[in-house]
Amino acid sequence: MLGFLAFIPRAVAQGIPLLFGCTGEIVTEKSGNLNLGLPGVMYVGAISGVIGSFFYENSVGSGDVNAFLAVLIPLLCSMAGSLIMGLIYSFLVVTLRANQNVTGLAMTTFGVGFGNFFGGSLIKLSKADIPSISLSKTSAVFRTSLPFAKSLGWFGDIFFSYGFLAYTAIIIALIVAYILKKTKVGLSLRAVGENPGTADAAGINVTKYKYVSTCAGCIIAGFGGLYYVMDYACGIWSNDAFGDRGWLAIALVIFTLWKADLGIFASILFGGLYILYLYIPTGMEHMELKELYKMIPYVVTMIVLIFTSMRARREDQPPQSLGLNYFREER
Amino acid sequence: MEQRETAVRMCGISKRFDQKQANTCVNFELYRGEIVSLLGENGSGKTTLMNMLAGIYFPDEGQIFVGGREVKISSPADAAALGIGMVHQHFKLVDVFTAWENIVLGSQGRYDVSRAKARIREICDKYGFVVDPDKKIYNMTVSEKQTVEIVKVIFRGADILILDEPTAVLTPQECERLFEVMRNMRKDGKSIVIITHKLNEVMAISDRVVVLRQGSNAGELETAKTDPQEMTDMMVGHAVTLDIERPEPVNPEKRLVIKNINVTDVEGVRKVKDVSFYMNSGEILGIAGISGSGQKELLEAIAGIQKVDSGSVVYIDENHKETELIGMHPQDIRDLGVALSFVPEDRLGMGLVGNMNISENMMLRTFGESHKWFTDRDKPRKVAENVVDVLEVSTPGLDTPVRRLSGGNIQKILVGREISSDPKVLLTAYAVRGLDINSSYKIYDLINEQKKKGVAVLFVGEDLDVLMQISDKIMVLCDGEVSDIVDAKKVTKNEIGLLMTSMV
Repeated sequence: MLGFLAFIPRAVAQGIPLLFGCTGEIVTEKSGNLNLGLPGVMYVGAISGVIGSFFYENSVGSGDVNAFLAVLIPLLCSMAGSLIMGLIYSFLVVTLRANQNVTGLAMTTFGVGFGNFFGGSLIKLSKADIPSISLSKTSAVFRTSLPFAKSLGWFGDIFFSYGFLAYTAIIIALIVAYILKKTKVGLSLRAVGENPGTADAAGINVTKYKYVSTCAGCIIAGFGGLYYVMDYACGIWSNDAFGDRGWLAIALVIFTLWKADLGIFASILFGGLYILYLYIPTGMEHMELKELYKMIPYVVTMIVLIFTSMRARREDQPPQSLGLNYFREER
Repeated sequence: MEQRETAVRMCGISKRFDQKQANTCVNFELYRGEIVSLLGENGSGKTTLMNMLAGIYFPDEGQIFVGGREVKISSPADAAALGIGMVHQHFKLVDVFTAWENIVLGSQGRYDVSRAKARIREICDKYGFVVDPDKKIYNMTVSEKQTVEIVKVIFRGADILILDEPTAVLTPQECERLFEVMRNMRKDGKSIVIITHKLNEVMAISDRVVVLRQGSNAGELETAKTDPQEMTDMMVGHAVTLDIERPEPVNPEKRLVIKNINVTDVEGVRKVKDVSFYMNSGEILGIAGISGSGQKELLEAIAGIQKVDSGSVVYIDENHKETELIGMHPQDIRDLGVALSFVPEDRLGMGLVGNMNISENMMLRTFGESHKWFTDRDKPRKVAENVVDVLEVSTPGLDTPVRRLSGGNIQKILVGREISSDPKVLLTAYAVRGLDINSSYKIYDLINEQKKKGVAVLFVGEDLDVLMQISDKIMVLCDGEVSDIVDAKKVTKNEIGLLMTSMV
């Protein structure tokens, strides 16, 4: 029981970057843009925050950081980085009508390269012995949890032990779910993703919706990268540490049937599966089993893909024009 | 009629797409409280002209006046603001949305579900529509979807309605109901443009006819003072005989015997139920039915691309040799001489590859014939030249991707290819779907030619008038079952309509 209680906060912490990515990708995909650049976007979101925070911490020197600035600067930098990624993708796909798959994969390659390049540069600048950057002061601010969490025992651990970005992730997911389900903007956005021709004929500015939702989705996803470095990894950036979380987030979108509120539970579940191998005792003589257990989230993803493709309910299908570009005068 | 108020005036409108001039200096006028038919062959620029009024396209040249004021309509939203609404041939509806979500979509003002539904009910009562606001579009019949489209346009405050071929997919009874609604709207002072090919509808519903030919004005007629022959001549530019010939079958013998066929689709719905019939050589068997009554599945079952639950399809050749087709490979069935040309609603879905050019599409049928390493490109090219020539396909060249051609031309290529394969049994579905008169008659002629050559023809059609004229026998399908097989010479349109809905 105690092991399980300790497991939940770790699963949540693992799940939050996935949740950001998943929510962001849902917003993007609802407009009909299949952004396979998501892993790159999250990577850029992370490194941009790191760059901002690195220079801020350096400018402060050995003194104390201002908590407000320590949050605001990486946050804004991360948003700017993700936004630029979103704009590039939108420009290529919406304005120039480039193939979405190719563009997305290129964006991922670009994003990861961009992150590793600047990550490497900062590591050089910091003259550290180990190939990583430590932003402990910023991280401490990001990881500040509610003061009464400690006094609540296991209840506090499970519900109140996280930094503010974790709660932001859940709130954003809920807001996105509400907007998509209940508002006019949501209805229009869904229409754009389902059938842009119809939306266009109804007087909805398809281009604007695609741009805004793709960029908003990228910014949300970028927070996932930021959360990963600043909170989960305690402010330590090392190249390629982010791993395949971006791809997992895309898989989650399918798993949740494009429902942002479902994403909250799904991402925590996947977060748990992601680290489950650490909690399954294998003993020293069977370390190879651990490698098998690491496969669990991917196996689950594949099973989910099989089930989702078998399902016939129309509401559970991806947005109908997902992956297709829209050109009004095409005949 | 004396002091008519102009609702819309379009002056000197021109529009071109890439290499094709779609409209050249067209003038069009629409008055308040009238129904105008816009008539013209495929590719004559009717839909393009109206799309410019609806804000889908923007004219290269020309002026548009609405209510006497010159306006620029650069988006559908602009059009809606001017009270112009268009119901497109391919419905602009989101399938996974409910009726009311589709109707409300993109409208100005607050998002108020109950008030929106109340307005929808009000509109329905006023003009006599029947709509369930909470029904999902994908659960609707074509006629219901169309109703939603029209309600949507009125909901958004349109008093100028454009209907692009609204009757193409309706049963006679549904058409009559649509016309009733249109008359109600005219009484209410709304102006309606109806784009159509069907001359009897022009006569039945409209006050005035505007005819386009090759993107330009060909003339204007008052419906009361004209007749179908005059309209056709104006539309085509030369005299056309309107009667479809029906040569007597020459010593018919059984070619294809279908017994108790059952087909279930992927979703587990029984699409074809115990269908039995036979086809004679040199005879045309027409199939009537509301679209989705199992026509597609039946044809596919015969052609071998649809799995059959039970039943048999026996092909009997000239030497009375019998072959069971069920279980055979589609390629082998084709080699026996059973050709299928199915024109789907989107025209490109089956049989043609949009990005390939005309001769490459011809090659899709024949590439297996040459047993060499390299493909034979000359023969398909000749076939393509022939089809383009005989059917008067309007295309910049044989190397143009099929996707870029207009719908009617795409169709001619599909049907032309099937006929050129010299079949023994020809299965055609919706061969003239959306085609203009001239092209339609070309295709009827082609089919009749096949009939005279002794081919057994199965003709699935939408236009009952045509079906009754061209077929020797008509089989009426309703919900996958055969309602009846009737003699085309004796049956009336109304009887078929009732059989289609099994109300007898």
